[in-house]
Amino acid sequence: MKFLAEYRDGDVARRLLDAIAGTVTRPWTLMEVCGGQTHAIVKYSLDELVAPGIELLHGPGCPVCVTSLEMLDRAHALASRPGVILCSFGDMLRVPGSRGDLLGLKAQGADVRVVYSPLDAVELARKHPDRRVVFFAVGFETTAPANATAVWLARRERLRNFAMLVSHVLVPPVLTAILQAPGNRVQAFLGPGHVCTVMGEAEYEPIVRRYRTPIVISGFEPVDLLAGILAAARQLEAGEARVENAYRRAVRREGNPGARRLLDEVFDVCDRKWRGVGTIPKSGFRLRYEYRDFDAERVFELNDIETAEPAECISGQVLKGLKKPAECPAFGTRCTPQTPLGATMVSGEGACAAYYNYGRGGR
Amino acid sequence: MTLEFDCPAPSGRHEHIILGHGSGGKLGADLVARMFLSVFGNAAEDAAACAGAGRLAFTTDAFVVRPIFFPGGDIGRLAIAGTVNDLAVSGALPRYVSAAFILEEGLAMADLERIVASMRATCEEAGVVLVAGDTKVVDRGKGDRVFITTSGIGFLPQGRALSISAAQPGDRVLVSGTLGDHGIAILSQREGLEFDTALTSDVQPLADLAQAILQTCSSVRCMRDPTRGGLAGVLHDLATASRVGVRLHEQAVPLAPAVRAACELLGLDPLHVASEGRLVAVAPADEAEGLLAAMRRHPRGRESAIVGEVVADHAGTVVLRSRIGGERVVRPLAGEQLPRIC
Repeated sequence: MKFLAEYRDGDVARRLLDAIAGTVTRPWTLMEVCGGQTHAIVKYSLDELVAPGIELLHGPGCPVCVTSLEMLDRAHALASRPGVILCSFGDMLRVPGSRGDLLGLKAQGADVRVVYSPLDAVELARKHPDRRVVFFAVGFETTAPANATAVWLARRERLRNFAMLVSHVLVPPVLTAILQAPGNRVQAFLGPGHVCTVMGEAEYEPIVRRYRTPIVISGFEPVDLLAGILAAARQLEAGEARVENAYRRAVRREGNPGARRLLDEVFDVCDRKWRGVGTIPKSGFRLRYEYRDFDAERVFELNDIETAEPAECISGQVLKGLKKPAECPAFGTRCTPQTPLGATMVSGEGACAAYYNYGRGGR
Repeated sequence: MTLEFDCPAPSGRHEHIILGHGSGGKLGADLVARMFLSVFGNAAEDAAACAGAGRLAFTTDAFVVRPIFFPGGDIGRLAIAGTVNDLAVSGALPRYVSAAFILEEGLAMADLERIVASMRATCEEAGVVLVAGDTKVVDRGKGDRVFITTSGIGFLPQGRALSISAAQPGDRVLVSGTLGDHGIAILSQREGLEFDTALTSDVQPLADLAQAILQTCSSVRCMRDPTRGGLAGVLHDLATASRVGVRLHEQAVPLAPAVRAACELLGLDPLHVASEGRLVAVAPADEAEGLLAAMRRHPRGRESAIVGEVVADHAGTVVLRSRIGGERVVRPLAGEQLPRIC
């Protein structure tokens, strides 16, 4: 496939692997931020191919995985209400909440639908004026512009039966939280390529300066990731710490100004609780007051819901890079994609699911 | 000014299926006579007497695909090909099939006619005769237009024993064409997911290709059709039953560009996507090249390829060697990738 085969080319990959091996003089520990990067790394065994010079830790960048149990339980409560159509992306349906998952609610008669775009949820609201359509908006800065567009459109059209349950999270605050955590081992980040197509590079500069930790913005194909690893290794070996863009075909320094203006119009920054990690200040988006009529948390009275997290799940430590999925005693036995204890085993971007699906931790 | 008179439909001719068509009375008998017997031309006995020689192979399969008409086929062609292929890959020569229809009240008669004509054509293509059938009608909303269950009988020559547990280290794995065309063609039609593609389903009967394979390479270990669960599912079954490992080569797996693109976009693994007109064959290494040439000469096997080999290591596990050189485990599909594709 054009523009894809080039970035999976075996010869180019081998040259990059040789260059990494020739650069590294002592072991370094890197963290890839995005779940999509984790999956490509495990799928193509890049972590095994760059070892032992480079160790890769898997980061918190799986939006489904970090969505808090409270938010998930709120979505479940909304889906259970008569007259509500709850829409979300496919992975979200299988994530276990305190009391089962959305697929289970669907089987019991709740109207839960998978959409491929938040605009499909807006269309559902237009088609079903007698029903109340709630879109469960999760994700990082990457998906935020599309979700912002959906609310913006709904407000313009005065679609009173459309609402959004917003659980958006932001990358820079969680990188700071990881670097501040006791026991942190991360020496450089492979930065989130797709997030930076929206947000640009600037917001990573203060982190790099303050913590002397290189951030190399990287893509999602094997060649992109190896190029990112090589750039990070070169900075570490030279004792440098810069924001470096190794994903120039997608990321511009200023990001996407149009999308950022829209985000600013629709969302403001709030504290946000991350599943397995805890509350991180100023780490989320919520709808601005002007959009309150579309904010499911305001429109529906959602009482505090008592949450219950399985005690055995170590997804919090996995998301912070403190443990690898196979170190969990439940991995592959009591916890599999069919019987997940935590979201990291469910999501298409979850590190546990990547390890399980690609056969890590024992064939 | 001219006046046009509509001729009312004669009684007993309906534009749509109504509940009475399933009653077992006159309407039902008319439907069977007009719709089925006129097309398949067999006596309306409750059971058919089937002639043949050798051991019997018998199979049954239900078809609930949505939509019922899709690029490259329809539920009727699928229902015949699916049952024929189950017989064919077992090494049997398919001969007879039966079909049971569950029709939803309101189904357009024209649609049913199209389906039945397609079944007839596929039977001829496969060299089988439809010898028995049944029809039931359910209330509107209690079905989804039409469901079809087919059963099939074939004959296995003495001494032929293909087995999923017969693979040995060194054997080669062959596929008869591009994988996943059917699954992606169906997906491209789904509500909320429509995307434009020239891709058509690969659905076709494989009796002649399977016979050609057996004539070329009598020591072929086993054949399977990679339907739901895809190539990954077939090879996982093989690795488990034969207590061997299987190593696939990413570059060697034939994929249509549209399948590759759709899987990339939707996050699917093409090794999990269903085909309905392809088969997987496992053959000893020294006969694999000859078999590949014979498969490529056959019109249903032009894009055949050797995609991997059976290995002694990691018994029960399928691995894929990527272009980059890393290896990953290929797991069987967990749960439903996509409901109602066949």
